[in-house]
Amino acid sequence: MSCFQTIQDYGLRAIGIGERLLPREDFTLCHQFTLIGSGMIWNIYFGLLALTLGFFLATALAMGKASSRTLFRKPSEWFIFLFRGSPLFIQFFFAYFLFLNLKSVHPFFEPFTAAWLGALVVLFFNTAAYSAEIFYGALLSIPKGDIEAADAYGLSGWSRFTRVIWPTMLRLAWPGYTNEAIFLFHATALVFFSGFPAWQQRGDALYYASYFADKTFNPFVPYPILAFYFILLTLIVIAVFGFVNKRLNRHLPQNTRQKIRLRPNLIR
Amino acid sequence: MACYLTTGKHMSIYTSVLTVLLLLGITAPIALAFGFGGATAARSQIAPLRWFGKAYIAIVRGVPDIAFFLFFVIALDQAVEYLRHKVLCPDWEGPIRQGNDFVVCQAAKMPLGNAPQWVHESYGFGLAVLTFAIVFGAFAANVLFGAMRAVPRAQLETAEAYGMSQHQTFWRILVPQMWVYALPGLSNLWMVLIKATPLLFLLGVEDIVYWARELGGTKTPRFTDYPHGDWRMWYFLALLVFYLLFTRVSEIVLARIMSRLTHGQATAGGEAQRKATA
Repeated sequence: MSCFQTIQDYGLRAIGIGERLLPREDFTLCHQFTLIGSGMIWNIYFGLLALTLGFFLATALAMGKASSRTLFRKPSEWFIFLFRGSPLFIQFFFAYFLFLNLKSVHPFFEPFTAAWLGALVVLFFNTAAYSAEIFYGALLSIPKGDIEAADAYGLSGWSRFTRVIWPTMLRLAWPGYTNEAIFLFHATALVFFSGFPAWQQRGDALYYASYFADKTFNPFVPYPILAFYFILLTLIVIAVFGFVNKRLNRHLPQNTRQKIRLRPNLIR
Repeated sequence: MACYLTTGKHMSIYTSVLTVLLLLGITAPIALAFGFGGATAARSQIAPLRWFGKAYIAIVRGVPDIAFFLFFVIALDQAVEYLRHKVLCPDWEGPIRQGNDFVVCQAAKMPLGNAPQWVHESYGFGLAVLTFAIVFGAFAANVLFGAMRAVPRAQLETAEAYGMSQHQTFWRILVPQMWVYALPGLSNLWMVLIKATPLLFLLGVEDIVYWARELGGTKTPRFTDYPHGDWRMWYFLALLVFYLLFTRVSEIVLARIMSRLTHGQATAGGEAQRKATA
């Protein structure tokens, strides 16, 4: 069987298109590359959606935490502490069993017990909390002069926020936020290792990597392949975020622009 | 209720909490030692040692750690068995990798097939500690490497002017002063280490996650039915609260240590302390 055939059969296996049965013997390098790569679809799906949705919640939470009104501040602080203070792994387990219980109360929660929605919700809240903390830090370090200048120009309320505070906050937070994005993509590898079951063996990259490691008793092939894919993904994220960073900093002189320094993080 | 929560089976979840604390207690110093070694190697005068230090930091930090956890445990296990195999059974003929199987002679099995249960358990635990130490050591090395560079040059130059040797400058000037720069990074790392402990579950150690799943379920392969429904949600809620409390306490303690360390340092924090007391 040629490699092209394998890619046709297993290239989209992770989302249920193609051959139903996973290969059981005669694992070739091509098998491993194709299946682990097809698992990456899930990692990208979780990472991309959680990041996009989380961005908005994070902005809201950061504004809430920086607010002087206790009504807004306290809930945001608690939310951030709850998700930053506990392991993501436990959050996944807890969420899964919580949704299982809720399912028996109301069928509305049925899709939440599946990874595609349930895990996404957890990742969404989690990244929102982490990003909110980064945005909050940036919010506090906006130069006083910028806000005073905005006041002097007669900007207030919403227009002051969208024209001065928010762009400056993003600009200051962007290097940290880039790392958070990379970190989130790494964290997506946890999904199918916690409570959420992989339905019909449609798992993410790590799921297939460990499948091969289990079957071949040889971790030295699948895990480096997984690492290769993740490094590739990380490079893409850095490129995209670097582009945005450039745009956010375009009004500044060359030497004062903030560079993104890669500071990979650990498990959350 | 109170009686039910103190049954023998429940005792194992409490001991597994101790296991987690033990893991933290053992791993933190070892990882710090690895980090110190890595950072010293990375700034060494000898080129190969420096390359080794830098490569160690770069490789471990570049890859998702969970992959590392899964990879290292099998790899370390096989490495140990391979070495014992070479030493203990020199006249073994067959190849070790037979297709998809990893075959070593009986005497080289680790732990030995006839060893008691606790040896198996502590061997798994030891592998877990080593894996944690390798991964977290790289991160600690990065933090300490940065901290060593953050110590003001003038301090080191003064030491040299006083005629201290390289060795003396390192141990008497650089090391005592670097901690205040390293602590923010290290405390961050400690928080992450706390949150990494549930991964023990992935390494096959029967830790709190394992017991929460076992005891919370209505029935398991090992125990027959429990007098309650599906309580796994509540067990994981308890774990969640446990971790939240743990991080909270750590935050408070680390803030204390930080204020102790800043005392008398030539940093903005130290300056603020001086002004507050004056």
